[in-house]
Amino acid sequence: MRLPNMFAIIAVVITGGILLYGVSDFPSFGDPKSPANAAVPGSESVSQYFITKSYKDTKVPNLVTSVLADYRGYDTMFETVVIFAAGMAIFAILGSVGGGSQPRVQEEGPSFVDGDHSRIIVGTTCRLLVPVIQVFALYVIGHGHYSPGGGFQGGVILAASFIIIALSSDLDAALRRLSEVNYLRLACVGILIYAGFGVLCQVLESNFLDYGVLQPILLTDGPEMARSHSMLGVEIGVAFTVTAIMFAIYANLSSRGTLRDGL
Amino acid sequence: MAEFFEQTLQPHFNFWIYVILMMIGLWALIAKNNLIKKLIGMSIFQTAIILFYVSLGVKEDATIPILDPYGQAEHAAAEAEGAETEGEKKRDSYIGKKSPDPDTMANPLPHVLMLTAIVVGVATLGVALSIAQMIFKEFGSLEEDEILEIVKGGSVDD
Amino acid sequence: MTDQIPAILVLAPLFGAMIIGLAGQKDHRACFPVALVSLLVTLFASIGAIFTVIESGPIDYFMGGWEKPLGIGIHLRIDSLNVILLVAIAIVAVLVAIFSIRRIGDKNAEKTPHFYSLYLLLCVGLFGITIAGDAFNLFVLVEVSSLTSYGLIAMGSSRRGTLAAFNYVLMGTVGASFYLLGVGYLYLMTGSLNMQEIHSIFVANPDIASSKAVAISFILILIGIWIKMAFFPLYGWLPNAYSYCPSSSACILAPLMTKISVYVMIRVMISVFGLGWVFASPGYSNLVVWLAVIAILAGSMLALAQREIKKMLCYLIVAEVGYMVGGAWLADEQLWGLTGSLYHILADAAMTLCLFLAAGIFAKRFNAIEIDDLEGLFKKAPWTAAGFVVGALAMIGVPPTCGFFSKFYLIRGGIEANHWEYVIALLISSLVNAVLFFRIFEIAFFGVKPSEGHGHHEEEEAELKEEHHPEIPNWTGTSSLLVASAFVILLGIFNGKVVELIRVALEDLTVVAQRF
Repeated sequence: MRLPNMFAIIAVVITGGILLYGVSDFPSFGDPKSPANAAVPGSESVSQYFITKSYKDTKVPNLVTSVLADYRGYDTMFETVVIFAAGMAIFAILGSVGGGSQPRVQEEGPSFVDGDHSRIIVGTTCRLLVPVIQVFALYVIGHGHYSPGGGFQGGVILAASFIIIALSSDLDAALRRLSEVNYLRLACVGILIYAGFGVLCQVLESNFLDYGVLQPILLTDGPEMARSHSMLGVEIGVAFTVTAIMFAIYANLSSRGTLRDGL
Repeated sequence: MAEFFEQTLQPHFNFWIYVILMMIGLWALIAKNNLIKKLIGMSIFQTAIILFYVSLGVKEDATIPILDPYGQAEHAAAEAEGAETEGEKKRDSYIGKKSPDPDTMANPLPHVLMLTAIVVGVATLGVALSIAQMIFKEFGSLEEDEILEIVKGGSVDD
Repeated sequence: MTDQIPAILVLAPLFGAMIIGLAGQKDHRACFPVALVSLLVTLFASIGAIFTVIESGPIDYFMGGWEKPLGIGIHLRIDSLNVILLVAIAIVAVLVAIFSIRRIGDKNAEKTPHFYSLYLLLCVGLFGITIAGDAFNLFVLVEVSSLTSYGLIAMGSSRRGTLAAFNYVLMGTVGASFYLLGVGYLYLMTGSLNMQEIHSIFVANPDIASSKAVAISFILILIGIWIKMAFFPLYGWLPNAYSYCPSSSACILAPLMTKISVYVMIRVMISVFGLGWVFASPGYSNLVVWLAVIAILAGSMLALAQREIKKMLCYLIVAEVGYMVGGAWLADEQLWGLTGSLYHILADAAMTLCLFLAAGIFAKRFNAIEIDDLEGLFKKAPWTAAGFVVGALAMIGVPPTCGFFSKFYLIRGGIEANHWEYVIALLISSLVNAVLFFRIFEIAFFGVKPSEGHGHHEEEEAELKEEHHPEIPNWTGTSSLLVASAFVILLGIFNGKVVELIRVALEDLTVVAQRF
């Protein structure tokens, strides 16, 4: 144990030294005229363009969402692909396959109320909470244009609602509602929605993800509103994928790939 | 000493904090024996980088980068004074004439980049945890030195 | 249609992966055709890109249609530097896909849709990295390809493979995080994420370009990329990760992942920072060349000491990465070192593909994991042996294979730059490769083991070792191997044309850099 410690300390000191050496040139914390926040002579500032002109281009008040889903939508698509790839990798590593081999017992009614009084409070509270959580998740997805929110955030909250079912009763109850065949399909459908919007724009003679040309299809009065609605569309696609994969990651990790008994 | 504090440390204190956090994470990644502690170190390392980026976009006395097109803030102020306003007028005022002053809104670009980075970090953590579970299934231990002993002392692989 | 090529390159495998995810669960036999079709589409698109770039210059593509001001949208760029690399990736992907029909392993047969889905997403990541023009977009695509490679490596069922995969995950994440940090430093100093824009900011503001933060950002980006390409001393993850993973994963990862990282390093050096700035102080380039020399020697010596075939090939990859990094940092006037390095990316992809395909066929059909297991196999599998011999000769550097010409350009660059240590290291490494491979030829062809006699026991032992897999058609693996060896030879014969294209690209790009 001595050797890794010395090596670790040396590596940490050298790396920290290199990083701190570069810090002295940086602009101060909170400086509104730093190159990241304002223009450098010789180029136009990207972030100032976003703040001043993005509402005119996209009619979306939340500047972070407009940059995320429109200007840098290609990055967001690949972020969704990253989540999907992580889910696929976990399925491949832990060995969970679609179409469970053993049939599940079809139980009606809540599985916790069976004389097991210790779980009545938790179980009932969770059952009451789940629809509220889901409505809130849909609100976060849909209201991402006007307040902090969007596809990723809402998708994770939606996945949490399924995970709460798995935690309070058992994994089978949650898997009955979102089985492994379905969650893989849901994830693929999410990315297909995102890429589908982009390819639709290509079919209409423009570049990938150039939502402005979707105006005649979405029947809006102006390309800006077409951008705004397409952003909502791609955020929904993102939410599908994130929900499915987050729940899938939980299901696989908690049951070590067997999807039989959870935590 | 006070001079060092004022000139070097104070305008850059956010950068110093993130470097210290990053080094804690890097040290845990290299020096710790337990695989899960190594993963926690990796997570701290990534979080420090996210902190760095988010602190880039901070401007003094600036608000969040969300516009207020219905003019609710001004509507409330005007109502307090007793004047009348129209939502339409306020909404249209953002087009053409009055765009928001960049110095009053935080920079949205680092937030966007870090949304992506956080998601990437979570995905990597998920994959790493599943590999750790496989290791536990194969070797029965999560301590690196015990695993290396089993690997070296054990006979043929797979 | 041709102006949409950058998007097609990335979208075709993505749609393929999604279709496999949806339909592949029910019917495993549908996975391979879908994968093959999407990869063929990208192959045609990349060949179309070559013709377009030769005729009308670089293709610029702005995602979302946001062209002005530069930097608000995401910029994809195909110029003569990366267009040949695109074709190379497409060809390697198609060949390994053909090799991998039903070779996922008998124990893992139900993971077929996952394998092909991850495979196509890996190709999406690699294409995206090659055409990226935006620094943060490059990070996201590096993470796409890394995550899929973690999955592909950890998929196997070997014991040591899981620990190797875990170390690979840790090192890979640290590398990508260093790259991200470097990009953050650059963004703070210049305010832009677009590679072209950052370069023009450096040209217009020399005080920013000479600040300490920019130098540190270059070092951080470089360290991150070096971890990804397994450059000495950060190569520890590579031998274990690539030797204990399934053959099909090794065949797609070994030729491509490290080479694309070398391309990223060259692209960052030329297009973002400019060669004038990078080579400004000869002390640093000398240091990197010395590190490369150590990498070449260490890789070759460690390869000599290995008993398993795949591990030996992995250490050879470490040495090859040393060739490329050393060549790129030679800083000779006429840039022959850089040319040699870029040509070597293509050559090494072809050679490594050949060798890993052959090793995969040996391992699967004949259960030959160690070098000694190869006894007499050349007689039993003549076509596979021919492919292996071509790959080995290219590694040694025998004309007319591409290995000879890449060493020629690298040595020329080394002589012109007066880096004699690099030239000597290259020659020593060729010698060591020759010793290595001729020893293998001797064992495999003549069946001579040092401690036993001549091949009386040959036939009995060979009978024990061959396993018959009636459901795996043997011609799939062998035909990919033969096509790969054909490319090794063709790249050598046509090296003039390829080098001409590379020189044109370097002139276009560095004319801008010389101004700065």
